[in-house]
Amino acid sequence: MEIAMNTSEAVMSPESTIENGVLAPVRDAVGTPLLAREDARMTCRNVNVYYGEKHAIHDVSLDIGKNEVIAMIGPSGCGKSTFLRCLNRMNDTIDICRVQGQIRIDDQDIYDKSVDVVPLRAQVGMVFQKPNPFPKSIYDNIAYGPRIHGLSNNRTDLDEIVQGSLQKAGLWEEVKDRLDQPGTGLSGGQQQRLCIARAIAVSPEVILMDEPCSALDPIATARIEELIDELRSNFTIAIVTHSMQQAARVSQRTAYFHLGDLVEVGPTEEIFTNPSHKLTEDYITGRFG
Amino acid sequence: MSNQESMNRVRAGLARRYAAERRFRMYGVIAILLSLAFLLMLFVSIIGNGYTAFQQTYIKLDVNFDPAMLDPTGSGDMKIINRTGDFQGVIKQALRDAFPGVTKRGDKRNLYGLVSGGAGFELRDRLHADPGLMGRTVSIWVTADAEIDMVVKGHIDREVPEDDRRVKDQTIAWIDALVAEDRLEKRFNITFFTAGDSRNPEQAGIWGAAVGSVYTLIVTLVLSFPIGVAAAIYLEEFAPTNRFTDFIEVNINNLAAVPSIVFGLLGLAVFINFFGMPRSAPMVGGLVLTLMTLPTIIIASRAALKSVPPSIREAALGIGASKMQMVFHHVLPLAMPGMLTGAIIGMAQALGETAPLLMIGMVAFIVDIPGGVFDPSTVLPVQIYLWADSPERAFVERTSAAIMVLLAFLVTMNALAVLLRKRFEKRW
Repeated sequence: MEIAMNTSEAVMSPESTIENGVLAPVRDAVGTPLLAREDARMTCRNVNVYYGEKHAIHDVSLDIGKNEVIAMIGPSGCGKSTFLRCLNRMNDTIDICRVQGQIRIDDQDIYDKSVDVVPLRAQVGMVFQKPNPFPKSIYDNIAYGPRIHGLSNNRTDLDEIVQGSLQKAGLWEEVKDRLDQPGTGLSGGQQQRLCIARAIAVSPEVILMDEPCSALDPIATARIEELIDELRSNFTIAIVTHSMQQAARVSQRTAYFHLGDLVEVGPTEEIFTNPSHKLTEDYITGRFG
Repeated sequence: MSNQESMNRVRAGLARRYAAERRFRMYGVIAILLSLAFLLMLFVSIIGNGYTAFQQTYIKLDVNFDPAMLDPTGSGDMKIINRTGDFQGVIKQALRDAFPGVTKRGDKRNLYGLVSGGAGFELRDRLHADPGLMGRTVSIWVTADAEIDMVVKGHIDREVPEDDRRVKDQTIAWIDALVAEDRLEKRFNITFFTAGDSRNPEQAGIWGAAVGSVYTLIVTLVLSFPIGVAAAIYLEEFAPTNRFTDFIEVNINNLAAVPSIVFGLLGLAVFINFFGMPRSAPMVGGLVLTLMTLPTIIIASRAALKSVPPSIREAALGIGASKMQMVFHHVLPLAMPGMLTGAIIGMAQALGETAPLLMIGMVAFIVDIPGGVFDPSTVLPVQIYLWADSPERAFVERTSAAIMVLLAFLVTMNALAVLLRKRFEKRW
């Protein structure tokens, strides 16, 4: 991590902070307490993402701390989802997508050629915008991950994993009598909790959530937010959201993205009460976005 | 424009909009009625022509299994009797006994024509099944000649002047005499469903061609479905997009449009001339039809794979499934119904295909029922083509009957496919 920080400092030019006046993103925050965290689970340094010719993310450096919920907010098309998808290399599936810079977990650059995405994605799980349960039974939905990774030795083990995951996701009581029913038959909120249960069934360290509540009604959303709060004790969670209230409710830190730049990152309370950047202030007060 | 004004305009246009909609629906109904009418015409003509082929005229003869004719050497050995016994002579004798008044040579020859040229084989089979018949006189129903059959079914008109008629007055008188004695009867035509092809219409059957079709289709399915699906999966899920894969894609689409006879020529040149495979064999037919159906299956399978929602792929990848696990555990099961539909369309095409099979010799006159994929055989559509080409009146009804059998084959196959699809879809 030390090395990573040094290189990024070397690459940084001091000009980049002042060249656009108020629009300048906080890129030089490397080393400040807000960005580089002692307990960082994942460290990202100078991440640039290109879709073909389009430069989608500029030089983003961000740490994701252990057992914290970090929210990423910003107007549509600001690159927050793109950045999130870099963290477990889901962008690999897009042919024209190129990622530069360093994203490290356990001191290993995940974009290194030697890194296998299969264990990476077991370590960094993901929950998507639209609930996407497999068209299989509820049981098989949860059991699929443990099965392919060989996490259970026998049926009893697997049953325990399934039950444990569903309990952690707060879905057990609702579905314990119909584990053999198709997962697609659940309500939207239940489906999303099923997807969360499916993600935690492989015991990841980090869970990425890409607008997990955008397709849900307020009650289901509240249920998921509660769940995120509970999960924080065991997992590190990075969540992209369009709802600033949600970011304020669930996260400890918030990162504001704007047009591919990471403008500001800090403790959630501070971002929402006393943002240091004009852009952030405009966004959270609803002047645009 | 005020709200009132715009509402007036909207109302003024309504009648026109609805009229357009009514017109469009009418066109649709007309199109459907037209196609139904054509379908009905087709069925009426085929069934009207063909249903009589499911019956065949039989004549009851008192046949004397005379050892002097069937076993002149007195060996008692069935093998020798099978080879040298004059079964047709026995039948002729029985006919002469039935019509003792016929003495002139020419008349006798006409008399023998009442019974099928293959009736001797029927006697032989009877004797084979029951050797105790030797030396006894038994009443046996033997197949009548096709021309007699045509007279009985009314396809040959008795009112036509004798000179213009294939069956002469004398023969018709014999038929009437047989009918009067209850010695002539129409029965269900088992031969049609159990025999191979024959020069005698009354001995010709569809079974050889049906078995040939089944063998050919099995070869086609076994080869084209796995290869087609594998190619589709590779191209859709694994292959990088570059010039080379674009080139392959264009070529697959082009192959789907190549006239089928070209595949026949290719099969002749490659499989028969180069690899020296046997002519007229279902194996070669299957290979050629595989080439023909592959593009169909690949294109349909790729479309099926494309239609699997990306969210399922992301879900699988997101919990750490490898690409292969994603494809085989999630994408493929969801795409399977679509792939099966493609395969069935390809198989139906292959079942009805004639042209390429002509090139590889499956048009040969083959009497035996094929016993395997390397035996010479023909297929249903080629059999229809062969019979349609035959001048005998009795082959006209058999042609239509064979078309009915082919259609029944097709309907069964499609029904099976629908059932399979239903089962696959239920699981998900």
